[in-house]
Amino acid sequence: MPNLSTALKMDPWRLQSGEELNRLRAQIIAGRDPQRPEIIICHGTGCLANGSDKVAKAFRAALEGKGIQAKVMPGIKTTGCHGFCSRGPLVIIRPQGLFYQRVKPKDVEEIVDHTLVHGKAVERLLYKDPSSGDLIFNEGEIPFYKLQQRIVLHNIGKIDPTDITDTIAAGGYQALAKALTTMTPEQVVAEMEKSGLRGRGGAGFPTGRKWRSALQAIKKKGRPVYVVVNGDEGDPGAFMDRTIMEGDPHAVLEGLIIGAYALGAAQGYLYVRAEYPLAIRHLEIAMHQAREYGLLGENILNSGFSFDARINRGAGAFVCGESTALFTSIEGKPGNPRPKYVRSVEEGLWGRPTVLNNVETWANVPLIIERGADWYAGLGVPHSTGTKVFSLVGKVNNVGLVEVPMGVSMAHIVEQIGGGVPDGKPFKAVQTGGPSGGCIPYSLKDTPVDFDSLTAAGSMMGSGAMIVMDHTDCVVDVGRYFLRFLEEESCGKCLPCRLGLTRLREILDNFSQGVGSEKDIEDLTSLSQAIQDGALCALGSSAPNPVLTTIRYFREEYLAHVQEHKCPAGVCKDLITYGIDPERCTGCMNCARQCPAQCITGKKKTAHVIDTHKCLRCGICKETCKFDAVFIS
Amino acid sequence: MEPQGVQIDEIMERYPDKPEYLIFLLQDIQASYGYISAQAMQLACDRIGVPLTQGYSVATFYQSFRLDPSGEHEIRVCLGTACHLKGGQRLVEDLERRLNVEAGGTTEDLRFTLNTVNCVGACALAPVVVVDNEYQPNATSKKLEKYLKTIDALAGVEAKEGAHA
Repeated sequence: MPNLSTALKMDPWRLQSGEELNRLRAQIIAGRDPQRPEIIICHGTGCLANGSDKVAKAFRAALEGKGIQAKVMPGIKTTGCHGFCSRGPLVIIRPQGLFYQRVKPKDVEEIVDHTLVHGKAVERLLYKDPSSGDLIFNEGEIPFYKLQQRIVLHNIGKIDPTDITDTIAAGGYQALAKALTTMTPEQVVAEMEKSGLRGRGGAGFPTGRKWRSALQAIKKKGRPVYVVVNGDEGDPGAFMDRTIMEGDPHAVLEGLIIGAYALGAAQGYLYVRAEYPLAIRHLEIAMHQAREYGLLGENILNSGFSFDARINRGAGAFVCGESTALFTSIEGKPGNPRPKYVRSVEEGLWGRPTVLNNVETWANVPLIIERGADWYAGLGVPHSTGTKVFSLVGKVNNVGLVEVPMGVSMAHIVEQIGGGVPDGKPFKAVQTGGPSGGCIPYSLKDTPVDFDSLTAAGSMMGSGAMIVMDHTDCVVDVGRYFLRFLEEESCGKCLPCRLGLTRLREILDNFSQGVGSEKDIEDLTSLSQAIQDGALCALGSSAPNPVLTTIRYFREEYLAHVQEHKCPAGVCKDLITYGIDPERCTGCMNCARQCPAQCITGKKKTAHVIDTHKCLRCGICKETCKFDAVFIS
Repeated sequence: MEPQGVQIDEIMERYPDKPEYLIFLLQDIQASYGYISAQAMQLACDRIGVPLTQGYSVATFYQSFRLDPSGEHEIRVCLGTACHLKGGQRLVEDLERRLNVEAGGTTEDLRFTLNTVNCVGACALAPVVVVDNEYQPNATSKKLEKYLKTIDALAGVEAKEGAHA
């Protein structure tokens, strides 16, 4: 590769001003035919895993074969995640906006023939409203989308994230141009303060205040100052940051550049989980293209401001989502956190003032700068402004990514947008905030989802994972799950976390085996408090939350394990037995063939029996049975 | 993985000689060779000027690094919360039995490495198993058995072709 400056000099598109950006945008839009059919194929991780790349390939092949080039050749665009992951692979046909779900390569011929050639919808691929049974043609009319307010996600699913011109056409980098040409760095910081934006990574610290503290630290210590993107989205069940990085990488980058301008930073870092290869690739492409267009690197938009950034891939450590651990990881060392007597805005990366914000937070910055802090502050509720993206997963019909204004109720998200639990019963609890959060029971379903209300309920916003649990999920098991997770991920530096979590988990192990007494619940509580007070970083101090909230709301279930030796949800292996209902069993022998312990006996077409002494309780028979004959007692 | 043996020297040239690039170097070695051998570790540490102990401190801290050769195929079972609720742990136990190996280990014939992962962020497809970077959505023991058999069958074909060549 030629060096940057010569490459840029030869580069015809290097933009010199905000006006040039607008001119380019107008040119791109003018060069498009609004009537041209466009096939939008979701290429988020979820749809890709369901084969959307094969669907795209089939479309390309079909279009070549059809010879419909004679009319207007349809365009094919692959985009980031549309959010409705449980319906993937998703295909949208523009300009009509027809929404097709669960599209397989074999459906492609029919779509081309019916829709593209004859202008008709393929009805069997349309979304059917579960309550009315009506077919819904348009994406925007589907309740899952209609009930959302997509602001941060507004471009995702519409633009091709690997083509900067598509981002520019959609209004990308307008906020950067505005900041660089019409605002002083001080005004940018003031705007952020006024917006009320709070960090989307977990703790909800006001972003503007963080930037202001960094400015004060710079006054004392001078520059360099660093800006860092926290893309180490480690909470299991959370994938909003991945979606933003994959689907609209320029939004993150634009936010970061604006932040760098406000703070006078020359170097930035994007720390991204290694488990997100597609996000890393799209960010790399975005950064490369932004440099080509003069939007990143030397003398951005000819404003005299220079800034560049680099990607650090994570190496698989949950604790690196913690700010100080993340910094030591960027420095090439094991990601151990340090005590925060001195805050990282004063002494962060390389001991310098550093502003670290989460991906979603950075992606909000351009919106605030472009549309103004007043507009932003009008969204959501007074102390939690704006919108929040949640990943709605677990036992819920519409699994996917949703964006709603802060302050809407839990029930609105889970029941209205998420379509409730698959068997139609009320949900048991919603786990928010990942391993640091807690379980909100059904009785609190009207809790407004904002930073302060969730904290008051004993949980937290966290990064926005919402895991819906139903009556077949055991709270003791979920508590053990999170503790085992954190026990493995604890860096081991401080004792309360290293040994305390292990002890908590051991007590819960006993519960799962029906061993223990009511007093153990008190021990869990007091040990939890000790860990909260004593742990070095947030990984440890928030770790007891899942245990404490489940004790608070589901004490009866804990007691059932030790007093009645029962797991009411039928999960804890030591307290359950599998059986086969002779009425339902057809004697198909499928379970007997799959059983690893070979403990299922019975002749063909006669009811089978499980030898409970030999049974491993692995659950494969239940998973295999097509007649729902295997039960747990 | 880049199986076409990237020369270790070439990897060493990719980054400046600064300690902050230790993780980058180890990641590239891991990607090319599937693990970090003692020799590769020595080369990397010498190159960027950190003691060998620091190299191992980093490699043992982060989960993605391996110090032993990994199997030809890597099976990663997602144990994110959604996958856990939908039976991810059951799949791990089933694979452990089937392959006669514990999670984190490699089968004796070096065919399979079984790993667990904390969430691949594909929660809509729970439980998810990733085999050699191919996602297996809504995995069941039966589906996995079938899939692993196709890999084994492929191996048979490859072995035959190898014999002819």
